Formats: sequence, structure tokens, C-alpha cells
Amino acid sequence: MSTEAVIETQELTKIYNGQAAVENLSFSVNAGEIFGFLGPNGAGKTTTLLMLLGLTEPTSGSAKVLGMDPAREPIKVKSVIGYMQENMGFYGDLNARQMLQFIAELNDITADAAEERITAALQAVGLAEEQNKKITAYSRGMRQRLGIAELLIKDSKVAFLDEPTLGLDPDGTNRMIELIQGLCRDKKMTILLSSHMLHQVQKICHRIGIMIRGRMVAQGDMDHLAEEKFGVGKEQYTLEELYMKYFQEA
Amino acid sequence: MRGIKTIIKKELADHFASYRFTIIFALIAMISLITAYMVGLNIRNELEGVAKPQFIFLMLFTSSGALFSLVQFVAFFGPLVGLILGFDTINRERSEGTLSKLLSQPIYRDVVINGKFLAGVVLITVMMVSIVLVITGLGLIVLGIIPGLEEIWRIVIYLVISIIYISFWLGVAILFSILFRSTATSALAALAVWIFFSFFVSLGANILADALAAEPADTSMESAMRRANIVRAFILTSPMELYTDATTTIIDPTRKSARSAITMGAGPLENLSMARFAGPLPLLQSILIVLPYIISLIALTVVCFAISYTVFMRQEIRSL
Repeated sequence: MSTEAVIETQELTKIYNGQAAVENLSFSVNAGEIFGFLGPNGAGKTTTLLMLLGLTEPTSGSAKVLGMDPAREPIKVKSVIGYMQENMGFYGDLNARQMLQFIAELNDITADAAEERITAALQAVGLAEEQNKKITAYSRGMRQRLGIAELLIKDSKVAFLDEPTLGLDPDGTNRMIELIQGLCRDKKMTILLSSHMLHQVQKICHRIGIMIRGRMVAQGDMDHLAEEKFGVGKEQYTLEELYMKYFQEA
Repeated sequence: MRGIKTIIKKELADHFASYRFTIIFALIAMISLITAYMVGLNIRNELEGVAKPQFIFLMLFTSSGALFSLVQFVAFFGPLVGLILGFDTINRERSEGTLSKLLSQPIYRDVVINGKFLAGVVLITVMMVSIVLVITGLGLIVLGIIPGLEEIWRIVIYLVISIIYISFWLGVAILFSILFRSTATSALAALAVWIFFSFFVSLGANILADALAAEPADTSMESAMRRANIVRAFILTSPMELYTDATTTIIDPTRKSARSAITMGAGPLENLSMARFAGPLPLLQSILIVLPYIISLIALTVVCFAISYTVFMRQEIRSL
């Protein structure tokens, strides 16, 4: 794995109505890694993602995604990032194929290339049989998988996944985890994964960052963090214990 | 503009498939048809045995059937069409979570508003053109008169003004859909503006004029004129008034003024002749008269858009 930083922020700060949602956030994500973005609800994770996407302007500080500043070149940044938001918003009246066609058109992918990619992507996420059903009729798991298909259509280099396993059954969670690992392994995507499922995060993430009340309180790989807090290797502690320790201290 | 075609295409597909559009269209088509038919029969009866006046075809649009003329109908209910098409443009996407999906694609934010507005304009155009065509066709059958070239031009200009007018209301509706998070609130707000301009402006104009201009005892010509001017200036802030004045001049070339006195007890044709010039206003002159009105309408639409853009650009996507 190369150590070239794909996402880099420096002193990134966002203030909403006098309250800091994100405060002096500096972190980096390297090419090809899965970065676990942890923290309690309302810690500022989604705000950070939105700033990296150029959808929200930072109050101060700077961010770089693949060397581009999202605040200055939002269109370029948005064309390389695939964003899977927390509550998957899809047009319920469309079916999976139509939805993906719409996304492809917005990304300037030619109709022929789009057809091919859509067929392949639907196959990959296991929605090929249900592609003609309206999205309203989809279960939560299917919607999340459609979200992954969207990333494949865009062929994004970077993916932001905001709670991709939220509310999924155990089987659905496992499928989602496999798909995410596949994105990283086969498509060489750099993935920023925000999640509360610490057990899964521990399994698939190369490095993690813990964010509490707008500040990044820890970042690094598991061994490093465990050593820092407990002075022992990863085997003795789960990420959950580690996380709780940070949370209680903060 | 990148992505705008895609958005227009999708919006149109959504509209054409929606019950909302089907219902409005059916309603308006039905009312126009009935009115046009009644008006056509009336005109035919009245003109029996009388030498045919000029621009008889345009009378299909201007003379009232049972309740109102078609021009009045569009002036009054056209805004409702614009409002109904647009009141939930942005806030519905917001509540369904599709807005952030849309905006996280590589397109500019204003493309979203523009695309949706243009799709609405296309829809309004389709609606108006088909209604006018239907009325024209019906007129041909009922009256048995073929419209002259000038009449056709006047109808076309009338169509253009109507489309701009309804599009203005669509713009208002889109603005409200950006300002208010809840679709019910934006629908109500849009409705309130519509009612304000259709009923209260003319009422308020008189009250204002009374307050500003007249001592009740003063019945001189100057005082009456001054009062009339105040009423007029105030009334012209209403898009509805702009539209009515513009279209009546275009589609009713023999009309003397927007507000002519109605003589009691006279027959319909005498009534007609008293409010009219003997010779009609030439087309070019009519256009010259209505041009300022059209420009005002476009300016109002642009103002609406400017506000929409500024608000939408500043809105945080975060607060879903």
C-alpha cells in the first residue's frame, strides 16, 4: 500500500450558529486504505464528510481531496468522490436501473458505457433480479446495496460511506462488509467509513480515527492506539473497549 | 450547463406520470372547452343578421360565457397552475433525502433550480398551446370563420405572455419551496400570495388612494385624476394586473382602456361598441403598449430567481 495521502485536512473548523461542529480537525487518509471514522452521534462526522465533498464551506482551515480543494473545485471533487449518505435518498418512482442511469447521465457517462457498467454493477451487488422493481419496494439492505452500485457506476476513486450498515440484519451487514472490502481490494478505492459497528470496523479498517465533540481524539492503526492507551497489543483488547476508554476520557 | 438536460428530462418524466399534472390539465382543458363552446354559441347568436365586425375570432377569448372569459380565466387560475407545479420542488427532495444525493453529483446547485424551472416552463407551454389550439379548433367549427393572419399573430403573442405569466408564478412557488422546509407550509404561503394579489391589491389600492388623495368633498377633475393615478400605480405592482392589462390590449384590439364604464340598460352589442374604438389598434401599436408590461413580468420573475439562488446557495445541506 502506498502512503500517498488521498484525503488531507488541516485545522478544519466548522461553526454552526456559534457552536463548533468540527474543531481544528487535522487528519489524513492514505491511498487504498479503509479509514474507520468513529465517534458518537453528533460528533461532526457527517459535517466533515460534507466539507470534504464541497457541500458545506468550512469556517476555517483547509481540506484536500486528491490534491483538490473541495471549497474551490467542488465539481471536480464531486466527480471523483462517491458519497453514500446516511439515509439513502433514492427516487422511489424509479427502478434500480433508471436510478443508476440518471446518476450516470449526471456524471457525463455515455449511454453505452453506462449500460455496461450498470449491468455489471447490479450483478455485483446482487440486485440484477430486482432491477425492474420500483425503489419504493426495496428493503433497507437492497437500498444500501444500490448505493454501492452507484459507487461502481461512478467508478469513484474515493468513497465516503456514512453508516452503511445502519439498521441492517446480520446477513445484510455481512454482505455489506464484503462489498466494501471488495471496493477496496478490486477497485482500489480509498474508503472513509463512518460507522458505529465497532466489531466490523475492527475487522476491515486499516486505520481508525475517533472523533468526539468535533475533535479528533485519536488516529492511527489499532495496534498503535491500543498501545497508546493500554500498553498492550491488539489481541488483548477489542476496539469497543478502546473506543469506550476514549469516550469516557473525553 | 452540465447535467441540466438530465434534470429537465427527469422532471418532465415525473410530471407527465404524476396524477397532479393529469388532474390540473384535465380540469383546465374541460373548463376552457366548455367556456369556448358557450362563448362561440353566444357570438353566433348575437351576430345573426348583423355585419360581422373585425377580429371576431379573438372574441372567442375575450367575451365571457357563463361566468368569465377565457382570458380572465387564465389570469385568475393560471397562477394556481404555476403554484401547484412548483410548491414542493426543492423541499420534497429535501425531505426524501434525494437533494443531497443530487448535489453530491458533479453538478452546480443552480443547475438543479434551473432544470426544474425549465421543465415546468415546458409543461406550461404544452398546456397553454394545446388549450389554445383546442379552442381555436372549436371556434372554427362553431363560428365557421377562419382567423386572419393578424389574429393568429395576436393569439401567438397572447400565448407567449401567458406562458411568461404562469412561469412567474412557478418561480414564486419554487422560491417558497426553498424557503420553507415543509411542503404544506410552502403551499399555503404560495396560496396566500396568490390570494393577496388577486383580491386584496385592488381593494387596498382604493383604500390607499382614498387616504392619500381625496378630500371627499373635492369632486374636481384634478382630484379624480390624481386618485385614479394612485390606484393605477399601486395596482400595477400586482402581476395579475400586469398580465390582464397586457393581454387584453393584445387580444382585444378595439378596446379603449382597461377599465371602461359600463352603461346600464344597453344591449350587448351597444355595450360593446361604447367601450371600443371604431377602428382597431394596429398590431404593432398593441405590441408597443404591452411591451413594458411584459418586461415588468420578466423582471419580477428574475427577482424571484435572484432570491431563490441566493437563499439556495447559502443553505446548508447538512440540516436535512
